[in-house]
Amino acid sequence: MLSTADAIQATGPVSTWDVERIRGDFPVLHQKVNGKPLIYLDNGASSQVPQVVIDRGIFYIEQEHSNIHRGVHYLSQRATTAYEGAREKVKRFINARESRECIFVRGTTEGINLVMHGYGRKFIGEGDEVIISAMEHHANIVPWQMLCEEKRARLRVIPMNDAGELIFDEYDALLNTRTKLVAVTHVSNALGTINPIKEMIAQAHKYGVPVLIDGAQSAPHMPVDVQDLDCDFFAFSGHKMYAPTGSGIIYGKAELLEKMNPFQGGGDMIKTVTFEKTTFAELPNKMEAGTPAIASQIGLGAAIDYLNTIGREQAAAWENELLRYATERVSAIEGVRIIGTAKEKASVLSFIIDGIHPHDIGTILDQEGIAVRAGHHCAQPVMQRFNVPATARASFAFYNTKEEIDVLAGTIEKVIEIFS
Amino acid sequence: MSELSELYQQVILDHNKKPRNFHKLESPSHTAEGYNPLCGDQLTVYLKVEDDQVKDVAFEGSGCAISKASASMMTQAVKGKSRQDTEELFKEFHSLVTGESDEENEENHLGNLKIFAGVRDFPVRVKCATLPWHTLHAALNKKEIVSTE
Repeated sequence: MLSTADAIQATGPVSTWDVERIRGDFPVLHQKVNGKPLIYLDNGASSQVPQVVIDRGIFYIEQEHSNIHRGVHYLSQRATTAYEGAREKVKRFINARESRECIFVRGTTEGINLVMHGYGRKFIGEGDEVIISAMEHHANIVPWQMLCEEKRARLRVIPMNDAGELIFDEYDALLNTRTKLVAVTHVSNALGTINPIKEMIAQAHKYGVPVLIDGAQSAPHMPVDVQDLDCDFFAFSGHKMYAPTGSGIIYGKAELLEKMNPFQGGGDMIKTVTFEKTTFAELPNKMEAGTPAIASQIGLGAAIDYLNTIGREQAAAWENELLRYATERVSAIEGVRIIGTAKEKASVLSFIIDGIHPHDIGTILDQEGIAVRAGHHCAQPVMQRFNVPATARASFAFYNTKEEIDVLAGTIEKVIEIFS
Repeated sequence: MSELSELYQQVILDHNKKPRNFHKLESPSHTAEGYNPLCGDQLTVYLKVEDDQVKDVAFEGSGCAISKASASMMTQAVKGKSRQDTEELFKEFHSLVTGESDEENEENHLGNLKIFAGVRDFPVRVKCATLPWHTLHAALNKKEIVSTE
């Protein structure tokens, strides 16, 4: 099995991060917005796609396209080989035991909903409890709320401190014999906090409770080893890790996926169908009804190859350096407050400015070609926790530069000047 | 930055900093809440309507500079107007900020509300400017909650 470290060794590590060379891989970055060079700092919402991934998708559509798992004909076999090849790449990327544990879905949201329907609706009932955290994205709140309402189960929430860190003791106190599932995010999209999920998973397992990890913000930015973490489910999106939209994964331990209900009914997920009874296919097909986003999922495989080629650890190191630099520059500006100051953070910088609404900040930054997210980041309870209606959020990728952060800091000063 | 200074004119910045009629109204005859889930803007509009005339109007809430200034100037513009004139003004304002017609140069009742014309160059901000007006419209028509999404 090829581990992450092996992959880096095989392709040769870059001793210093050549960001200009990396930027050359991303065609979208080389354009002007409002007459200014685009500065793309909205990677937490969706990242850009490198040329090799674009080329792989086009090659599939031009040369290999057919439906998968269907025909005996040549093209169907090629499409199937490419699609299943992408699954193999995913398996190695997260170090799953088997590729059938990696279910293709359209993104993190669909992955979480798959577990809610397939696991939650089958194994969670009246009086049971589901634990989530105070920093979840709506995608890891609403499905569980819907389930709890339907089953008369109870949703419990792990609180966080003022820095935006989960309070472990409170989590520990919430776990009990009624707990049937823990669903927490690896990295907060609104705050950047990296949660100690390995310890949290181990704690839940003491009660025999399975744990789902929302990996939407972590998979693109740090190595993930699902066996080492011992998580029971792990969801992530392709479009936040340099692949096209419509691609994503829900990983699940085979023994859990096997006893779960199928997510959707339809073609490709059956063994036999009569009007009296249907028997379901084996994993992973059982969970993948209908024709999937074949080109996008093959693109996810190509994005994984790309990440391995450039070196995931070096990319992560550069992103950490960008976060450190941006935090230093932006927090030095008078009137700016950083929201989310956890010790362990990924490359997300959420901030507010006294007396200036984030939406106004976003508009003024956009005029200078800077793309940030302004709003509640699909995490309204986080905004309520910090008593702000919204924040402005710059989220970095390995193709961002320190010069871009200088422009960001300068433009924030301009915003303050306009509103003074 | 010329489009930007069109958007953030001094009058708008002033109303953002010191919004007028920014308080709750005791025993209003009409009230409604407005939300823009995209950016988290939220406001409540209170009206006192007597004999088909807006006797008093006020608002509360939180939002961006454009929505706050728009709400503030709206309350000044409609106070004392008949229901019909208020609805007419809403239509004119709407077409000004969406750029549906050239209200800036046409004969209308907008007066100093014309400074919101700059919003039309910022399509995602149009909802910020119109949220207070949609909420006012909802209040007059006895709809209690309005969302611009």
